[in-house]
Amino acid sequence: MDDMPAQQPLLRMEGISKQFPGVQALKSVSLEVYPGECLALVGENGAGKSTLMKILSGVYEPDEGHILLEGRPVTLSNPHQAQQLGISIIYQEFNLFPNLTVEENIFIGREPSASGFVRWSSLRQAATELLGRLGVQLDPAAVVRDLSVAQQQMVEIAKALSYNSRIVIMDEPTSALTEAEVAALLDIIRGLKAQGLGIIFISHRLEEVFAISDRITVLRDGQNVGDLITAQATPEQVVQLMVGRRLEDLFQKEDSQVSERPVLEVRGLSRTGTRRDPSAIVLKDISFQVRAGEIVGLAGLVGSGRTELVRAIFGADHYDSGEILIDGQPVTIRSPQDAIRLGIGLVPEDRKQQALVLELAVRENISLAALSRICRGGFVRLAEERRLAQSFVNALQIRTPGLEQKVRNLSGGNQQKVVLAKWLALEPKILLVDEPTRGVDIGAKAEVHHLLSQLAQRGVAILMISSELPEILGMSDRVLVMRRGMIAGELSRAEATQEKIMALATGLNEGRPAA
Amino acid sequence: MARPLTSPAAAARPARPTDIIDILGRFAPVIFLLVLIVVFSILEPGFRTSGNFLNVMRQISFVGIIAVGMTFVILTRGIDLSVGSALAFSGIVAASAAKGTRSLLAGGVKDEGGIHVLYAFLAAVGVGLAIGLLQGFLIAKLEIPAFVVTLGGLGAWRGATLLWSGGQPISSFSDDFTRWGKGYIWEIPIPVVVLLGFVIVAHIVLRYTRYGRWIYALGGNPEAARLSGLNVTLLTMSVYVITGFCAGVAAFLLTSRLNSAEQIAGQNYELQAIAAVVIGGTSLFGGEGGVIGTLVGIMLIGVLNNGLVILGVSSYLQPVVIGAIIVLSVFIDRLVKQRR
Repeated sequence: MDDMPAQQPLLRMEGISKQFPGVQALKSVSLEVYPGECLALVGENGAGKSTLMKILSGVYEPDEGHILLEGRPVTLSNPHQAQQLGISIIYQEFNLFPNLTVEENIFIGREPSASGFVRWSSLRQAATELLGRLGVQLDPAAVVRDLSVAQQQMVEIAKALSYNSRIVIMDEPTSALTEAEVAALLDIIRGLKAQGLGIIFISHRLEEVFAISDRITVLRDGQNVGDLITAQATPEQVVQLMVGRRLEDLFQKEDSQVSERPVLEVRGLSRTGTRRDPSAIVLKDISFQVRAGEIVGLAGLVGSGRTELVRAIFGADHYDSGEILIDGQPVTIRSPQDAIRLGIGLVPEDRKQQALVLELAVRENISLAALSRICRGGFVRLAEERRLAQSFVNALQIRTPGLEQKVRNLSGGNQQKVVLAKWLALEPKILLVDEPTRGVDIGAKAEVHHLLSQLAQRGVAILMISSELPEILGMSDRVLVMRRGMIAGELSRAEATQEKIMALATGLNEGRPAA
Repeated sequence: MARPLTSPAAAARPARPTDIIDILGRFAPVIFLLVLIVVFSILEPGFRTSGNFLNVMRQISFVGIIAVGMTFVILTRGIDLSVGSALAFSGIVAASAAKGTRSLLAGGVKDEGGIHVLYAFLAAVGVGLAIGLLQGFLIAKLEIPAFVVTLGGLGAWRGATLLWSGGQPISSFSDDFTRWGKGYIWEIPIPVVVLLGFVIVAHIVLRYTRYGRWIYALGGNPEAARLSGLNVTLLTMSVYVITGFCAGVAAFLLTSRLNSAEQIAGQNYELQAIAAVVIGGTSLFGGEGGVIGTLVGIMLIGVLNNGLVILGVSSYLQPVVIGAIIVLSVFIDRLVKQRR
């Protein structure tokens, strides 16, 4: 830090701490941003980057710590106030009105007006000026819906500038952009730096971090573990700082009989196009196998295509080309029904939105997928259903006052166990689990891990997505790492380390970019 | 952490001890219905005769049958605005089948009673089912919002009724035909028996069958239902077929009862049916409620209408009162839910 110019920092965050129920999200984090500087904020998923930025943009209030703008302490109690003070944040998900034009979006709520009527000429002029300042060719009268993702991002940046922002935070700004668009964005950031703004650039992609930033602040488990000057740092050093959590207290998968025969095989699975961007590569030529009794960990950054992959296998999303084989036989999976018939279960990412019917009872949720098995003539055999549900409540130690309790009233860990029970009731031979312990307390986490391990011992083939590297390392027989819709690499249990996984996930192995 | 974690509650919260507000809220429609019956009985002795009571029940039975189907639709977060018009069209087709005025129907047989009445009944139910299938297909398969499809149906089927009959009602049927609307089984009007039958069957289906469970799951969380392997398209379609079927049955009974198929038959039934379902505690957001509540809701509307008539209150006031009750019942429901 001594190498920095002896200049007043634009922004200084000092000793910021934030606690959420059950977790210390930030522990005494400090950082500073100087005028004309780009600070990169890096860290694993869940390291605390987003929480820190939400504090800076007034979404959360910190439990402890101070924020100083140009040396003056400020309190940011809502996003509007932060914006007024010149702090703008551009989220991954844009806050634009797709049905309005570029200029209307930029000045929404602050349109130049006279007696309640918008003065369109002034609006046009101001928007043109802003876009010019960014050096962007964009028609102010274009409707946002018709713009590309990159162009929409420009609108967001122009909107941020329109508040006379001095600090612009960009949260994963490049995740949805093509290489050419990334280069254009980096040029714009350079332009903003030249105008004296401070930029906080949050990214998982180390090549971009090294290409654009002046300094790098690394967060891990809610703590500031390193402040580096980019020119003097190496990507390896950054990865080392990002990972390196303690592993010993985490559950380790028990040995199971892994058969030679693959139960699930995926060959050349590809998908192009999302709702927002029809040319985006979602999955590209993905091939792998999962054998009976094996847990394959699927690592990668958020947005690398992990969730899309398991949803495609499960028939929840479509795919363009490729083949899925079960027990060596090619199968057609067009819907979750097909997948379930073939013995596949999916524990989705978001249990409340995608897995549970919160207003139904524990009993009804556990039996939902397997209902046909406990029916006679279309009638649910209630005694049978209770027996089934009770057996899983006992086996999985689901803590609930009773089978009739609404699932809404259970804790996160117990809800997750209900989701698992729902699939176990179907006795699947392939289980796809997406972030199985997200939002689950430590005790329940170990129980879920133990359960997955037991399932593998019973010969179930498990594909497990996780953003927590210790979980991946503790539970996986093999690790697949995804990056930008592709399998970036495969590591055996013996060779997998946090550093190697992170290197594959961030593309570190693909050569050093020019700084 | 990227997101705040879920509730720290270590295990599950214990079930709340049932308290008085909770019970009051849950049974508000029943309590209100009983209070109304007591009040009207005291104010006007004519109200409490069994004859009047059965009369009220018969009046509401036609829309009540439709409300039973509407319960299924609303449980899946849907809506069916077309039921009243579907009733009118089913009724007019059944009437021409009975009269033999359209040769393609029922082989052109004239209503001579007996087996020919069955043809008329099948015509009514067939038209109802066909309407339900078509609308269900548009909603479930082509994913056009239910509100839009059935709003279209609301206009279109009424228009089809006028086109079919050239604007003239079709009246005067055999006694075998009119017996179904006017007759009694053990001193209970047949339409009322049918309504109660529908309620019982629907209740059993919703509570005890796999299909019923699927309906609640679909309404409670469509995405979870899909990812749990439920055939969401077919299920969604099915509930509109059910309302179509109910509209067909109600059409036959109403035509029989009035001894005439009218162009205006079933007008506003969609609103009354929705009102009954909502007053009965079924959530418009799906997944919660049941058909017993709907029966209470429809009885409440019937008793209120009848009581106000007997008391000599302006008939113009009745829709105002019923409108207020709809809003009030949902408000009470919300209050109770907030407390949980």
